[in-house]
Amino acid sequence: MEDVIVRYVSRFILPFVQLYGLYVVLHGHLSPGGGFSGGAVIGASMILYALSFNLAAGSKKLSHDVSSILESSGALIFAGMGLLSILLGGNFLANRAAGIPLGTPGNLFSSGSIAIITFGVGIKVASTMITLFYSLIEEEGHSHDHH
Amino acid sequence: MIDVLKYLILFFLVFCAVFVARTKDMLSAVIIFAAYSLMMAILWLLLAAPDIAITEAAIGAGVTTLLLVAAISKTRREE
Repeated sequence: MEDVIVRYVSRFILPFVQLYGLYVVLHGHLSPGGGFSGGAVIGASMILYALSFNLAAGSKKLSHDVSSILESSGALIFAGMGLLSILLGGNFLANRAAGIPLGTPGNLFSSGSIAIITFGVGIKVASTMITLFYSLIEEEGHSHDHH
Repeated sequence: MIDVLKYLILFFLVFCAVFVARTKDMLSAVIIFAAYSLMMAILWLLLAAPDIAITEAAIGAGVTTLLLVAAISKTRREE
């Protein structure tokens, strides 16, 4: 499906959608939203790109394999921060009890491990959306032509 | 004023839910479901749950619609 209006409008709004998704993820500990909401917005923006251009262009930006690796690394960030708390002497995912510095409340760099965990969840959710879309839309014979 | 809007949206949600179940054409049902999700997102915002509203707008109106349309394109359109 090659449509000029769809391509131009999506090219125009994609940066704003991705910036908003990044904002929601990075301010997950301060404002409404968090890893899941922002990750869903970022994943939807990548799906919009792959839809409005074609699947080959979307795969060139972020291929199926790379999004699978990102998906696993998001879960690893989450588990790694939990295990780091155990190494520092707290429970799993303990924040202040494990001695992680919290910073000033209300600042962007605050709340200890929660901001990093939210970032990991954002990566995980965004790449899960993209992997789900690729798995569903790709043909079994790996032909990249779009109907 | 806000209360009137809330009742209007709730009525629209019931209307949409009934018609999603009754429509024979799958593609129309998916589009009605997307409208349902969009109204649901506005309702979440009015009910003071902005994080759920963001999620509903991205997942319900965006990704779910897209995945369902992809599923329809792989199968049949009629019920």
